[in-house]
Amino acid sequence: MRLSYSVRSLITAACLGLIAAPSTAQESQPQSSETTPPWSMADEYWGEEAMARSRKAVQAASGAQMHNMLMADRFELQAHDNEEALIWDLQGWYGGDINKFYVKAEGEYSFSEDAVEESEIQALWSRAITPFWDIQTGLRYDLDPKGKTHWVFGMQGLAPYWFEIDAAAFISTDGDLTARIEAEYDILFSQRLILQPRIELEASAQDVADIALGSGVTHLEAGLRLRYEFKREVAPYIGIEWQNSFGKTADFAKAAGENSSATVFVIGLRAWF
Amino acid sequence: MFNRRSFLTTALGTSTALGTSGLVPGWATPASGGNLGLPLLHGNEFDLNITKFPIRVDGRATHAIGVNGSVPAPLLRFREGEEITLRVKNSLDVDSSIHWHGLLVPFQMDGVPGVTFPGIKPGETFNYKYAVPHAGTYWYHSHSGLQEQSGHYGPIIIDPKEADPVAYDREYVLMLGDWTYMHPHKLFSTLKKNAESLNDNRVTVKDKVPMRGMWDQMRMSPRDLADVGGNTYKYIINGHATADNFNMVFTPGERVRLRIINASAMTLFNVRMPGLPMTIVAADGLNVQPLETDEFQIGVAETYDVIVEPKAANAFGFVAESIDRSGQVVATLGPRPGMIAPEPTLRPVPMLTMKDMGMDHGDMDHEGMDHGSMQNATPDHSTMDHAKMDHAKMDMKAGPDPHGPEVQPASAQANIRRGPGVANVAAMPVSRLDEPGLGLADMPHRTLRYNQLRSLEPNPDNRKPAREVTVHLTSNMERYMWSFDGVKFSEVKKPITFHEGERLRLTLVNNTMMPHPIHLHGMFFDLVIPDTEGDGSDETHRPRKHTVIVKPGERVGVDISADNVGDWAFHCHLLYHMHAGMMQVVSVLPKKHAMRVPPDDPMPAMMDQKNIDHSAMGHGSMKTNPNKGGK
Repeated sequence: MRLSYSVRSLITAACLGLIAAPSTAQESQPQSSETTPPWSMADEYWGEEAMARSRKAVQAASGAQMHNMLMADRFELQAHDNEEALIWDLQGWYGGDINKFYVKAEGEYSFSEDAVEESEIQALWSRAITPFWDIQTGLRYDLDPKGKTHWVFGMQGLAPYWFEIDAAAFISTDGDLTARIEAEYDILFSQRLILQPRIELEASAQDVADIALGSGVTHLEAGLRLRYEFKREVAPYIGIEWQNSFGKTADFAKAAGENSSATVFVIGLRAWF
Repeated sequence: MFNRRSFLTTALGTSTALGTSGLVPGWATPASGGNLGLPLLHGNEFDLNITKFPIRVDGRATHAIGVNGSVPAPLLRFREGEEITLRVKNSLDVDSSIHWHGLLVPFQMDGVPGVTFPGIKPGETFNYKYAVPHAGTYWYHSHSGLQEQSGHYGPIIIDPKEADPVAYDREYVLMLGDWTYMHPHKLFSTLKKNAESLNDNRVTVKDKVPMRGMWDQMRMSPRDLADVGGNTYKYIINGHATADNFNMVFTPGERVRLRIINASAMTLFNVRMPGLPMTIVAADGLNVQPLETDEFQIGVAETYDVIVEPKAANAFGFVAESIDRSGQVVATLGPRPGMIAPEPTLRPVPMLTMKDMGMDHGDMDHEGMDHGSMQNATPDHSTMDHAKMDHAKMDMKAGPDPHGPEVQPASAQANIRRGPGVANVAAMPVSRLDEPGLGLADMPHRTLRYNQLRSLEPNPDNRKPAREVTVHLTSNMERYMWSFDGVKFSEVKKPITFHEGERLRLTLVNNTMMPHPIHLHGMFFDLVIPDTEGDGSDETHRPRKHTVIVKPGERVGVDISADNVGDWAFHCHLLYHMHAGMMQVVSVLPKKHAMRVPPDDPMPAMMDQKNIDHSAMGHGSMKTNPNKGGK
């Protein structure tokens, strides 16, 4: 168990090092070469070396532990007229209280087209800067439509009045600037039955014709999901969502024979572990 | 050897237990009349073996980590002042340890890995040897990892050298616990992922919350009474859930002494015996002036001895209800074995108030308030006219309470490292010793308040403290971060330093929304009760404790005589708070170090402790006239 712990620490250290080398200091164990130990009176009874080892262990086990989490915030079927799509919105992290390594994946598979229509993955270094907010930076790679890589800068956290916020700006290797903000809020009818309003807004600083984006606000999704937490970790839900494209983005959609606006029913699962 | 009447009445049960000690798990101990409900070991030499073993709790198979195969571990009973030897074998495949909670032992025998000894390696046997200079009800538990949650705890009774001032005919030990079938490390990581996911008392649309907007704005929950509730925990007494019905027997008219120990990992309990008043005779092992009450809140690691005198031949329930009212456990005290006391329904879940946030402003104007300038306020706000309060003036006048020593308040600004780990700093922490435990304010019966407790014996040291050390309890519930002064134990570079022979005041300020049982190893502390004017005996009969619950938004002082040289653990006794970093070390430095200080230097280098108020530290005057220390 200790072995796997250290192996995992190494892996994270490596990951963090790749993403942002200077970030790991905060999470690292107290001084590896203790020149002046913080306390040492027991050394004369049990030996310096034995005490140094156990001192390091007890400090590391009292606040410097690493944890991990995987979460499917939305894993759902969306149905609208005769079109059905599978949506995934997943994230996972590994790290300590201050620095974490995040992976976020989002995408859409269309049953009628039998194709993945949108899919992206982000690898981010996340750093807690205030009690409720992390700043995040890293890379996003678009799998569908394939090829674009973006630099990501974002904030994730909890706004006053318990709004969960995930906001990020993306600069693609082509120099295009886009942004996305998601806000979620939980309304508890009981400890189990929870209604979640959710808004996602996307914007672009310029037209990006190859992916059918016009400048300005491009997309808005506003949904209501009602979930039942059988366990806190596992909650199936149903819901409804209004999706709309704006301006030139809407024109692009219409030109492609798609609807620029739709109201979809959703059924899905929210889970974390 | 045991010539007291009380011992004779329990002798039968004792010898039975002795014959099988270490073999019969606690849950299987027969509830026959007169036993202590636990396997018992007594004498001067003890052999303890730490293993992992299967047990049943509430009828469900689970496994424990514990001592001699029982949960709780065997009751250790020995005599005040006698030297004892405890051979502790670690048969686990990970390090272990035993800490003797509340026992004044040489620090190298205190049993905290990394602080007082290196821990006990797998397969190793460690010999503890010490003589304890006091009597009473205590306990022992692992100080390694999260083993305590898995059942690694047991009771200790130290019989007094002289006659026991407490007369009783029969006695029982009641060890309160919170059992989980979940792996403790999984439990902790669940809290790290989603800190409120084990609390099923969240505020819903149906709940009426006064000033809800403010709570929501601050991202804090008024229902944050316990991190882990009854959906995760099965509450137990001596390893018995309610259905297992731990059984005690009495003969009407007897004085029955209950030695109550809260050995849970995370749960403060409200303890009551419907229909039966309890007379508190000891707190944290030490005798107190008898005090009759109907209910008290017991923090994790605290102990209370109570006397009950049931006259009627009825089955009385001993009810331990978790502070967040998400569950309870009932044991039975009846005239015959096997009786089952009725289980009361759980009472409504209490709601935290602005006072718990350290912001009980009364009629003050929130907008106009300068929080920063008020962190130094005097503790007692109940007597203040908030509306007319002049903040600037208040700062100037912030002085010692009239009955305490002339201690200068801690530095003007709370010395807290602000950052992601600190979500709240109490603007106006107040003394709350005059309140019962959280949620017990409106009970229709008597409830214990700390300020009612008085030591039976006079306090051994009545010097006034010459300096004050302030420690802030800090947290960010959202990230499940817990610390002292905003610094997790993993980040601590310097201990808190005391000096042998000095008398000082430790002031604890709770900036979190939760009550914390704070435990200092190696020394008892005298609770400073601000409102004891008029009663001459009070100042010399303060309750002496090893663990004190600091309520949310509270500022509480304890006076300490730093007599026991050594490095001592100092931590919140909520296991997962300690595990998250709410721990420090108090180094009591020997006198020879202090001698090196040049006489004209009021601030020795080794006392470079950030919370010390330098101005109040006249060392020269400390011994001659501590009252005039400082300005």
